[in-house]
Amino acid sequence: MGRKMLQARLLGALGALTVTFGVVAPTWAQDVKLTLDAAVIRVDAGDELPLSRLDLPPDNDAFAGAERATADNATTGRFLGHAYETRLIDTTPEEAVVAVEGLAGEGVRFFVSLGQADTLLAIADKLSEIAPQAIVMNAGARDDRLRNDDCRANVFHVVPSRAMLADGLAQYMVWKKWTDWVIVHGSNPADVAMGEAYQRAATKFGIEVAGTLVFEDTGRARRSDSGHVLVQRQVPVFMQDAADHDVVVVADESAYFGSYIPYRTWDARPVVGDAGLEALSWHPAHESWGATQLQRRFERDQSRRMTEHDYDTWVALRVLGEAVTRTNSADPAEIAAYLRSDAFEIAAFKGQALTFRPWNQQLRQGVLLADGKLVVSVSPQEEFLHEKTRLDTLGYDEPESTCSFN
Amino acid sequence: MRAALPAVLPLALSLAFAAPQALAYTVYVSNEKSNDVTVIDGETLEVIKTIDVGQRPRGITISPDGKELYICASDDDTVQVFDTETLELKHTLPSGPDPELFVLHPSGNPLYIANEDDNIVTVVDVIERRVLAEIPVGVEPEGMGVSPDGKTVVNTSETTNMAHFIDTETFELHTNVLVDSRPRFAQFTADGSKLYVSAEIGGTVSVIDPSSGEITKKITFEVPGIAPEALQPVGVRVTSDGKKVFVALGPSNRVAVIDGETDEVKDYLLVGQRVWQLGFTPDEKYIFSTNGNSNDISVIDVEAEKVIKSITVGEQPWGVVVSPN
Repeated sequence: MGRKMLQARLLGALGALTVTFGVVAPTWAQDVKLTLDAAVIRVDAGDELPLSRLDLPPDNDAFAGAERATADNATTGRFLGHAYETRLIDTTPEEAVVAVEGLAGEGVRFFVSLGQADTLLAIADKLSEIAPQAIVMNAGARDDRLRNDDCRANVFHVVPSRAMLADGLAQYMVWKKWTDWVIVHGSNPADVAMGEAYQRAATKFGIEVAGTLVFEDTGRARRSDSGHVLVQRQVPVFMQDAADHDVVVVADESAYFGSYIPYRTWDARPVVGDAGLEALSWHPAHESWGATQLQRRFERDQSRRMTEHDYDTWVALRVLGEAVTRTNSADPAEIAAYLRSDAFEIAAFKGQALTFRPWNQQLRQGVLLADGKLVVSVSPQEEFLHEKTRLDTLGYDEPESTCSFN
Repeated sequence: MRAALPAVLPLALSLAFAAPQALAYTVYVSNEKSNDVTVIDGETLEVIKTIDVGQRPRGITISPDGKELYICASDDDTVQVFDTETLELKHTLPSGPDPELFVLHPSGNPLYIANEDDNIVTVVDVIERRVLAEIPVGVEPEGMGVSPDGKTVVNTSETTNMAHFIDTETFELHTNVLVDSRPRFAQFTADGSKLYVSAEIGGTVSVIDPSSGEITKKITFEVPGIAPEALQPVGVRVTSDGKKVFVALGPSNRVAVIDGETDEVKDYLLVGQRVWQLGFTPDEKYIFSTNGNSNDISVIDVEAEKVIKSITVGEQPWGVVVSPN
C-alpha cells in the first residue's frame, strides 16, 4: 500500500485547483437549516514513483474518500436539515498556507489536511492567528511529535501515529512469539522516524532487537528493465551479516526499498513493517464489522479500491458529520467542544467505538495487519490489557505523552 | 393410495391428541459461512437435517402459516423461499442488492428488506414476487421491525444512526429517531407500546415510545471482568406479555435478561461466542441464540432464565427462526 501522496504534476504546476463537491438533496428532504462547509487539503510533496506500479496512487486519492463521506453525511443530513459541502483543494507545501488563508477568508472553518508534519503545523498555526475557532483534522501526518511536543489545540489527529502502527504490529509479533527482530530502515527522515517507532515498540513489549541495518537511499531509479537481476544479488548480501532473528522489520516510509526485502533475505525469515505484513489504518480486503458495506459503496462509485488516504479522509469528514448530527450545529467551537467531550464516539468499521484521546486529540482506533491480499489480524491483541481501554495500548499513552490538553 | 388411508388416519389423530406435550415445531438456523441452514427438531433439540442454500445466508424468517421459509442469500443478492414440508427451494424473490435483514408483515405479505449497499428498504410482494417500492433511508440500513398492527415498519441505519419509521400504506418516512452508534435491530413489543432499538457500537438499547418517537430510556450493560467495548447489543426479543426482554451482546458472549416492565437488566447468561440473533419457540418456553464464533446455538429456558443446552450447527450461525406450528 503506497502511503505516499503522489499526484499529477500538472495540477501542481497550475497551482491550487479547487473542486467543490456537494450533494443534491431529494425533494422530500427537510429544509436546509445549516451547512457544514469543509475543505480537504491535498499537498503534493513531489514524491518519487513507487517500486511497484501497483502502488501508483489514483489521481483522486483521498478526494474519493471525501466524496464518499460527504454523500454519507448528506444522506443523514437530509433527515435533519443539515447540508454538507466539501471543497477539494490540490496544493503544494509552499502554497498550502496561502490556500488555507484564502479559504478561511471565505468562511471555511473545517479543514482536513493530508500534508506532512511541517505543512500541517504551518496550516494550524496560520489558522490559530486568523481563525482561532477553525479545526484541522490531520489525515496525512503520522509523526509522533505532532502528538507530543509539537501538538496543537486546533488539530485533531485521525490518521494513526507511527507509534500506534508499530505497537499494533509488535503486539501481534509477541502473540506469534517472533520476538527477535532485525530492523532495516531507510535513510530519509521519515524512514528513520518509523525505525525509531519500531525500536520503541520493541522496548515497550519486551522484544529483542538483535540488529539494525540502514538501507541507504542513493536516489537511484525506482524501476528499470530487468532490475530484479541486480536486486536478487544485492539484498541477500546486504542482509547476510545480520544477527540471528525471527523476523525482519522494515521501516521504509519513502517506499524505495521495502518491497525488495521479502523473498530475498539471507535467512528464510518473514518480513513485516513497510513490506510483507503491514500495519495499516485501512485495507481494501477488510470486511469485518460491516466494512464490506463501505468498500462496496465506495467501489461502486469510484470503480477502484479504497486506499488508506481515502479511508482516513472519510473518517475525518464523518467525525465532523457525526458532531453536526449530534449537536445540531455547524459552529466550529461547538463542534470542537463536542469532539473533546465524553459524548463523542464514532463507528468506523473497527469493531468498537472510536474516541479522541483528551491529552493529545488522537483518534483511538484499531490497526489492521494485512499482507497484499487479506487482513491477517487486527490489533490491539486481546492479551494486552489496559486500565481504561485496550486501544490505549497503541501509541503514546497519557502518562508518557508530553502533550496534555486535558 | 386408498389402502394407505386407514393406516395414516389413526396416527394423525393420535398425534393431534398428544399435541400439548409433543410440540412439532422446527428450528431453522442460517449459517453465514457454510452457506447452509441447520434444521433442528424443537422437541428433541437434535439436528434433523442441513440444507444447502445460497451464498452468505443471514436474515431468516418464516411465514405466519409456517409453510414458507425466507432466507437472505446476501452474496447472491436474492431472497430464497423454501417449502418447509419438503425443504426444497420453491423460488426466489427480487430483493435488491445485498439483502441482510428483513421482516414480514404480520399478515404474511409483503416482505420488507434492508439493502445495505443502496440505502434503501425494498418492499416485495411475496405472492406476486415483485418489488412494490424502494424507500430511501439512512446510510447502511440493517435492522427491520414491524408494529403488531402492521401499520409501521421501522428500519435502523448503521452509519446514519437512526430508527426510521415507515408508514406501510404510503411508504413514507414519518419519524426519524437518532439513537446511539450502529443500530442493528428493532423490535416492537406485542402490544405495540414500546420499540427496542439496539446500538452495537454505542453499547445501548434505546426504548422508544412509537407514538411520540421519544426515547424514554437507554438500557446500558455492565459485566464485571468484561471490557465495556465487548458489550455490543445486537438481536432483541420480547416475550408476548412484554415482561422479559432478551438482548444478544455480541463478543461478550452474553445474553442479557431485562425486566420488560422496568427495563432494568436482571441477569447475564453465558452463551457461545459472538452472539448476534435470537429466536423464541412459539410457546416462548425456549429462546435460541446464534453464536457465530463457536458454531453453535444456545438453548435458553425462558422461565428459569438458564442456558440448558448448546447445539452444534454450521459455520458462523447468523440468524434463527422457529416454525409457528
